Order: sequence, then C-alpha cells, then structure tokens
Amino acid sequence: MREITFAEAIREAMSEEMRKDPTVFVMGEDIGVYGGAFGVTRGMLAEFGPERVKDTPISEAAIVGSAAGAAVTGMRPIAELMYVDFATIGMDQLVNQAAKIRYMFGGKAKVPMVLRAPCGAGRGNAAQHSQSLEAFFVHVPGLKVVMPSTPYDAKGLLKSSIRDDNPVVFLEHKMLYNFKGPVPEEEYTIPLGVADIKREGRDVTVIATSMIVHKALNAAAELEKEGISVEVIDPRTLKPLDVDTLVRSVKKTKHVIVAHEAVKTNGFGAEVVAVLVENAFDYLDAPIIRVTAPDTPVPYSRPLEDDFIPQERDIISAIKEIL
Amino acid sequence: MKYSESLTREDKVDMLYKMMLIRGFEEKVEELFSLNLIHGSTHLYIGQEATAVGACRALNKDDYITSTHRGHGHCIAKGGDVKYMMAELLGRKTGYCKGKGGSMHIADMDIGILGANGVVGGGIPIATGAGLSIKMRGTKQVVICFFGDGAANQGSFHESLNLASIWDLPVIYIIENNLYGMSMGVNRAVKVERLADRAKAYNIPGIVMDGNDVIEVYDTVSGAVEKVRNGGGPILIESLTYRWRGHSRSDARAYRTREEEAEWRSKCPIRRFSEKLMSEGLLTEEGFKELEKRVEDDLNNAVEFAKASPFPDPEDLLTDVYA
Ligand SMILES: Cc1ncc(C[n+]2csc(CCOP(=O)(O)OP(=O)(O)O)c2C)c(N)n1
Ligand SMILES: [Mg+2]
Repeated sequence: MREITFAEAIREAMSEEMRKDPTVFVMGEDIGVYGGAFGVTRGMLAEFGPERVKDTPISEAAIVGSAAGAAVTGMRPIAELMYVDFATIGMDQLVNQAAKIRYMFGGKAKVPMVLRAPCGAGRGNAAQHSQSLEAFFVHVPGLKVVMPSTPYDAKGLLKSSIRDDNPVVFLEHKMLYNFKGPVPEEEYTIPLGVADIKREGRDVTVIATSMIVHKALNAAAELEKEGISVEVIDPRTLKPLDVDTLVRSVKKTKHVIVAHEAVKTNGFGAEVVAVLVENAFDYLDAPIIRVTAPDTPVPYSRPLEDDFIPQERDIISAIKEIL
Repeated sequence: MKYSESLTREDKVDMLYKMMLIRGFEEKVEELFSLNLIHGSTHLYIGQEATAVGACRALNKDDYITSTHRGHGHCIAKGGDVKYMMAELLGRKTGYCKGKGGSMHIADMDIGILGANGVVGGGIPIATGAGLSIKMRGTKQVVICFFGDGAANQGSFHESLNLASIWDLPVIYIIENNLYGMSMGVNRAVKVERLADRAKAYNIPGIVMDGNDVIEVYDTVSGAVEKVRNGGGPILIESLTYRWRGHSRSDARAYRTREEEAEWRSKCPIRRFSEKLMSEGLLTEEGFKELEKRVEDDLNNAVEFAKASPFPDPEDLLTDVYA
C-alpha cells in the first residue's frame, strides 16, 4: 500500500469531502497561500479557491463562532486553529454555543462543524504553543473529540468527523505531521467511537493516545525481547469512548497503564481509569498506573522539555513496576 | 518645541547603537538557529528597530511595556541585557526566565518588561491591567503596549481599548503595522484605511507615525507619554513599518513580492538615522565603525556567556508553577 504523511492524509480527507459536498469549506489563519502553519492545507487554495479555503484575520473567537453559525444554517465548516492553545480564545463559542445549541434548542438544530487544531510539545515552542488540552473538550457534553495517531486513522476519522452532524474537535499532534504510514487509495471511513488495538499482547494493556501511541509501541517492541507481551490500545476517539474494547483487553491482561502527553491532574487518563474501575474492577490485578506529563506548563529549554514529555523509558518502567 | 530637540549627541548615538544592537542580535539569533543552538521558533524584528527604540526612549525605567512574539527589539530597547536574553534563547539556567520561557516569553520585571507574548493580542489586556493598577496605586507610571496589525483584529484589542477609554487608563497602544500578520496582508484583514482610525470607536486620539524614523517615533511617543502621564487617558498610535524577514524561519514569503521587500529595505531605519547623524555632524564614519565593533563585542560576549551557562537541572521542571 502507498504511504503518505499524517498531514497529507488530513488534506486528502478534507479535499475528498470538499469535492463531494459543496457545503464543506475550510477557514483559518494563513491556510490559503501560506498553506497553514504546518502545511496541512497546502495546495487546497489552488484547487478550491478563496471562497472555500478562507484565510481569516487573527480572531479565534470569530473563527470558532462563525463556524458554528455557518453550521447551524446549512454549511459544514472545517475551522483550523493554528495551535490548540488558542482554542481558549474561542472557548465561549465552542463550549457555550456550538456544543449546546442542539440541546438548548430542544433538538431542533444541528451544528455539523469540525474544529481542527495542532497540539503537543516537542518543538521547543514553549508554554503557549505546546499544550495538550483534550480534557477541556472531553468535559463538555455536546462535543465529540478525536485524537488520531496514524495517517490511516487521521484520514478515516476526519472524513467521519466532517460527515458527523455534531461539533467535533479534531486534535493533531504536531510531531506527527511528517509521520508516514499506509493509506489506501480507495475511499474508506472509520466510525467515531471505535478504539483500535494497535498491538495485541497478553501481560499488560497500555492505553495511549496520539503521539504516545508510538512510544508505547516502541516500548512494547523493546519489552518483547524480555518476554513481556504488551497490548497497545489507541481509543482514537476520546468522546465517545469505546469502553467495551478497553474492558475486553483488561479482562485479558489484568494490568493497565494509561499514557498521554497531557498533564496528569484531571487529564483524559483520569477518565479512563475511572471507567475501568467502574467496569472492570474485579479483573484488575494491580492498581492502574498513569504515565503523563507532570503538572507544569510546557518548558522551553530542550532538556526540560524532554523531561516534561512522557518517553518510551517512562512507559517501560511503569510496565515493569506493574507486573 | 519638538521633544527630540532636547536629545543630546550622546542620546542620539545611543539610540543608533540600540537599533544596531537589535539588528545584530537578530542576525546572531538567525545564525544560532541554523546551528541548532536555538530551537523552537523565533520571530525577528529586523526592519522595525526604530519603533521600539524611539518609543522606549520616551519612557522611564519604572514605566511598563508589554511585547509580542516579535519581542527581542522591545526588550533591548527597554533596557534588557542581551546576555540574559541570549542565555534564555539557548535554554540556559542563567537566562531571563531560567530557560523556561524562551524567545516568546522573555520578561524583566525589574525594568518594567511585562513579557513578550506567544498569544497574538494576549498582551493587550495585560497592559490595560497594568494601567489600571497604576491608576489605583496612584503612581505616575505609564504603559506602552506593543502589538502588530494582526493583533488589532482580536477581541482583546477592542475590549481593552474600550475599557482603557472609559477608565482613562495611562496606556499608549502602539500598533506596529508591518503590513502583514504572517501571510495575511493588512489590506485583506481589515476594511479601514488606517488602523489608527479605530481610535474613533473609543473616542481616544489615534495617531499615525513613520515607524522607520526613530526621531519621529520619539517625538510622537513623547507627546503621547506626556499627555497620558498627566491623566489624559489612553492613546492609539499606528507605526508604519515593515518586517524584512519571513514571519518565522519556515516562511517562503509567497504572499509578497521581492520588489516590495527591496522598496522597504531602501527605507532602512538604521541607515536613515546614521546618515542623518553624519549629515548633522554628530557622527563620523569612524564613530559608526566603532559602534559596529561595540555591537559585535557585546553580542559575542552574550553568546559566550550563554554557551558557558548550564542548562536547567531536572528539578527545575517542577518549580515556579505556584508562588
Ligand atoms: C491567538 C494567536 N493566534 C495565532 C497565532 C499564530 N501567530 C503568531 S504571530 C502571527 C501573526 C501576527 O501578526 P501581527 O500581529 O501583525 O504581528 P507581526 O508578526 O507582524 O509582528 C500569528 C498568526 C498566535 N501566536 N496567537
Ligand atoms: Mg504584522
């Protein structure tokens, strides 16, 4: 199968949906001539023109809110934030407006929009350009939250997100954009709310998201040499969460590590732990361990940033501790 | 009388030196970045030196400024030490922020630098709050809030100017209109002819100045400072200038022409000022060479200092989160 990058997969998903459905369009800062800060929309202006690949001023509240307004009146906007950190500026429009309109209106409206945003650390972009804020969004009823780890998943999930009739927050780790993986030429979609077992194993389950999935897979390959069999599961969609797949794995391995790049307290991992305690407590042979960033902002200095980000070695030591 | 008439020869030569130091600093940063000694992103101030230097020359040490992602020039102009700036950019413990902040977060509370800022428009409410505090504490300080044309389209700009106007806060808002917010031409991002016209919406003075003429900047801002310090309420100034380099390193500058760049290079604020000083007999060719040498020495010392400094210790990751 051909291999393309994560960024290309996202671009293909958007372009294919735009070719099929005239109500789909993209808007955001510097997505036109510039092609987006990370080059994701490169070439789209040439194909679709400035009416459907819309450069906006630096106005996140208006970007998010006007996407919601367009969605509620018949369009299917894809709004791009340059960094997820700036979602905070559009938060009223996302949390109080987009997420709640359907409910508040008694089910009489729908808000089919996607908010795409790069997240994550690793590029020395420091405290205001490196965060993993997925837990903010997961906490809001009415939003769906997708956080893929591979080009294949990114493409299939983004297509489903665009077709979904609800506001979907789609989080792209910026260190993944150049990551290559197999993606078929033929059309496919991946339903929201279905986890993927990235590697089967017997002894311990690592539930990881986004960039950390790859670190977990490396850790698993490393530990295989020592005869430890690690199962790696990527929920892919954080909301709705595929609890069944997680529980099935726990019943098999009886040991769980939850790993993500976001800070620990009230991170998405806390929800995963709670769900497993509620649904699989009797099968657990040991307390669940979380591998996360510490409760600090993201530091600039390279050695500190490396320490901040959960690494393969942290996952390996957690696995050794739990077994 | 013009304020600049009371500047001595030494004052003027020092202003030129500061402008040259800013340019030299940025060129050094470019070099260190390509050697991978600096990581993350850096936004260079080359071409805009006259605005920071002319404006900060009108301030006292205990006056405040807020700055932006393109903040090195403001920091140097307000009296920042290039040693600690360089150490910060190299992620060292001796840097202004102990290596935790990096280029976009340099601050020096001792000389009123309330931080560069990674969030476009993020400094505008902070400056407004500093103005509020000055008023409540009853001191005679003032605040200069620097930001770009792009930032003027954030809600934070409009909300802050309105607040400052109704409360008569001692804040001078300086928009550095360098014609672009990343790839977005200001002519595409706003419909008003001049950004300074937005002052009308808040019934405060709006002034346009040549941001590449350090003496005009000094005179304009000095006049504003005098009014504001005496309780006259906020003022909006639009400084017309140009960023010579790409927005950041990855910028291919596809959104503007090489001719336009050449035209603005011919308005080089440093050359204009040095030629003026020479024609007025205040500076000789030799004196100019000496300044160049001084800049070079100061920057070499700064780089030496930074390179000789240690990286932060792993424990430093966890400190400074709370007071
Ligand atoms: C809230 C926010 N949105 C987007 C960005 C990404 N970004 C950084 S600088 C920039 C352009 C800023 O333009 P302007 O305010 O004119 O300042 P200039 O870069 O020209 O100095 C953008 C879009 C950001 N840092 N913060
Ligand atoms: Mg600008």
